[in-house]
Amino acid sequence: MDTTITKVPFNGTEEQKKALLEVINKHRGEKGALMPILHEAQDIYGYLPIEVQTIISDELNIPLEKIYGVVTFYSQFSLTPKGKYEISVCLGTACYVKGAGDIYNKIKQLLNIDEGECTPDGKFSLTGCRCIGACGLAPVITINDDVHGKLTVDDIEGILAKYE
Amino acid sequence: MKTVNVKINGVGVAVPEGSTILEAARQANITIPTLCFLKEINEIGACRICVVEVKGARSLVASCVHPVSEGMEVITNSPKVIDARKKTLQLILSDHDKKCLSCTRSGNCELQNLSYTLGIEDENYFEGESHEYEIDTSAIHMVRDNNKCILCRRCTAVCEQTQSVGVIGPNERGFNTNIGSPFGIGLGETSCISCGQCIVVCPTGALYEKDQTQEVFEALADPNKFVVVQAAPSVRVGLGEPFGLPIGTNVEGKMVAALRRLGFDKVFDTNIAADLTILEEANELIERINTGGTLPMITSCSPGWIKYCEHYFPDMIDNLSTCKSPMQMFGATTKTYYANKIGVAPEDIFVVAIMPCTAKKFEVQRDDQNAAGVPDVDVSLTVRELARMIRIADIDFNSLPDEEFDDPLGISTGAAAIFGVTGGVMEAALRTAVETLTGEELPDVEFKDVRGLEGIKEASYEVAGMTINVAVASSTSNAKELLEKVKSGEKEYHFIEVMGCPGGCVNGGGMPHVSSSIRSFENVPAKRAAALYTKDEAMTLRKSHENPAIKKLYEEFFEKPGSHKAHEILHTSYVKRRINEIV
Repeated sequence: MDTTITKVPFNGTEEQKKALLEVINKHRGEKGALMPILHEAQDIYGYLPIEVQTIISDELNIPLEKIYGVVTFYSQFSLTPKGKYEISVCLGTACYVKGAGDIYNKIKQLLNIDEGECTPDGKFSLTGCRCIGACGLAPVITINDDVHGKLTVDDIEGILAKYE
Repeated sequence: MKTVNVKINGVGVAVPEGSTILEAARQANITIPTLCFLKEINEIGACRICVVEVKGARSLVASCVHPVSEGMEVITNSPKVIDARKKTLQLILSDHDKKCLSCTRSGNCELQNLSYTLGIEDENYFEGESHEYEIDTSAIHMVRDNNKCILCRRCTAVCEQTQSVGVIGPNERGFNTNIGSPFGIGLGETSCISCGQCIVVCPTGALYEKDQTQEVFEALADPNKFVVVQAAPSVRVGLGEPFGLPIGTNVEGKMVAALRRLGFDKVFDTNIAADLTILEEANELIERINTGGTLPMITSCSPGWIKYCEHYFPDMIDNLSTCKSPMQMFGATTKTYYANKIGVAPEDIFVVAIMPCTAKKFEVQRDDQNAAGVPDVDVSLTVRELARMIRIADIDFNSLPDEEFDDPLGISTGAAAIFGVTGGVMEAALRTAVETLTGEELPDVEFKDVRGLEGIKEASYEVAGMTINVAVASSTSNAKELLEKVKSGEKEYHFIEVMGCPGGCVNGGGMPHVSSSIRSFENVPAKRAAALYTKDEAMTLRKSHENPAIKKLYEEFFEKPGSHKAHEILHTSYVKRRINEIV
C-alpha cells in the first residue's frame, strides 16, 4: 500500500510532547475537541505526522483513522513538515500560461517529491500557490523570502543548487 | 402513538409520527430504491438514490431520512425522480470498476440490481477521470478493493459504531474521497478484529473474504490427504439463503449431503466440539469460583471478540476462558484422538471448517493452536465460500436428500445447537454448570433470561447456596460498554458471554449477504436464531454433559474435564496487543 507516512524522520522533542499533552488536557471532555487540538498540535509541531496523531488518538480514545480522516479532509492540515527551504510555485493564471506547470513538474522531478511533501533530508518542501502579485515576472517561484522570476525549466537546477 | 396522514403516489396512509418517507412508503407497499441506507447502521441520506418529490418542497428529498408531516403528498416515481436517480447512479458507475462478470458479488450485488431496476442503458454514460486503487490484501481474512467502492459508508459506520473499532473510514475529500485505514496502511497492520461485519453490510464487491475454496478443492483432489469437514451451528441456518430458500430455514440434512458430494472423507459437526467446550468451560468456571481464580470469566468462542479483547482490553486477557473455540477443539481432537483411532498421521489429515465467520481465518493461524504439532484446523471457509463451492461443483442443492453426519464426531445436543445465537453459550454452560454444582437434574433446561437479541443481558441464579451473576453481550461495542462497568466496579459478574457480532454467529461476518432492502425491514438474525432454538427444542439430548459421544471421548481419551491432557489439547493462550500498533 502507498502510505502517506512522511519519509522525513520524526524529531519531536519532549517539550513539544509536553505542550501537546497540555493542549489535550485543556480540551479534554469538550464537545468537538478534536479540531482545536489538531490546530494547536500543528502550531506546536508544524505538521501532523502519525506520531502526533497517535498521541492524540491514545489520549482521547478516538480511532486514529477518524483523526486521519479529519486531517486529510482539511487542506490546512499537513502530514509533512515544512523544509528548511519552502518552495512555492505560483500557479496563478499569468504564471501558468507562461509555463509554471512545467517548472512545477521539473522541481518535483529533481527533488523526487510531490506537492505538499518534503525531501527526506528536511531541506526542501514544495507547494503550489495562487497569484502572488508578481505577474510581471511570470513564471515565478519563491524560496522562503527569495523571489525568482522569468524562469525557464533549465534555470531550476542552478537555483536549487544555491541553497545549502 | 400519534399518527400522521400522508399521500404517497395518491395512496393515503396513516403512519406513526416521526416515520421517514421510506418507512411510510413501505407501509403503503410502495418500494423506493435505496443504496447507502441500512437501518440503524447507516442513515445519512448521502447517495441520493432514494430521492422523491414532495409537493411544495424546493427540491427532491432523500426519503430515507426525511420525516413525514401531516398532509404531506409524495410522488416516488415521477419522470423527474427517475431521471435524478438514473443520473446519480450513472455518476456512481462512472468511477466504479464494472468488471461484474468476475466479481464475487455478481448476482447479489446491490449496485448491479439497482442498475437493472432503474433500467440503466449505458453504464459508461459519464466518461471522465476515474480512480485506480491498489487492492489491499494485507489482512489475513479479507480483501478491500476500493475500485468497487461506492463510498456509501456502511462499512465505516458498522466498524466504528457497532463494533467500536474504527480502523476504516473516509479519508480526503471531494473526488479524492476514499475509504481506508489511517496513513494508507494496510488493514492487516491495524487493530482490525477480523469480524467481517463490514463485508456483511457492503452493497458491492468492494469487501470480501479471502477466498480459500481453491485450497480446499486441491486438498479434496489429493489422494494422500484424509479430508475432514466440520460445520458450525449457524451454518445450517444460513446456507439455504444463497440457494433461494427463506431466511431461517434449517438445511442441516442437505448441507451434510452437499459436503459429502463435494468429496469430504468425513462430514462431522462442530456442534460436538461445542458440547466439549461446555464441559471444559463449565469446569473452568467452577474451578475459578472455588479456587479464587480470575473472575469474571469470559467466553472465548468468538475469535473477533478475542482479538478485540487483546487490542482494547489487554489487561483483561486473564479473564478470558483458556478454552479453545469449538472449531479449534474439533480440529485438535480430530488430529489427536481421531487420528489415533483411524491410524492416520495428523499431518495427512486436512481439517476444513465451515464457519459463519471471517475471524476464524485469523484464528486458524494463531499461535498455540496446534495440539498435534500441525495446525488444528487447516482452512476455515465462510458460508458464502461453501455456497460457492457447491455452485462450482454443480450440485443441485435444493434437490439433495437429507443426510446424517458421520460417526463418531457427529453426535451433539441441543445445548450445542444454540451456540450460534447470543446467549446460547451462556445457556448451554448454565445447563451443565448448574447440574454439576447441585448434583440434581434441572426441572427446566431453558434459561430464558439470557435469550433475545438485546445487546446486553444480565441475570442472577441461586445455585447450590450461592448467587451466580452472569451477563451476555453481543457486538464489541456492547462488550466494551459491559467491560468498562466491570472495570470500574459498577458491575460484578462471575461469568460473561461475549460474541463479537451483533446477535451472535447467526449474524456473523461469514454469513450470506442479505440485501439492505430486506435487512432494513426484517429481523434476519432473529429468524436464523429461531431455527436454532427450534432445533434445540426438538432434541432429546439438550445438555452437553449428556452427549454419549462426549462421555466416550473423556473415557477413552481426555479422562475428565480440565485434565492435564485436556489442557494440553483443548486450551490455549492469548497475547496483549495495542490499539495503535504502527508507531
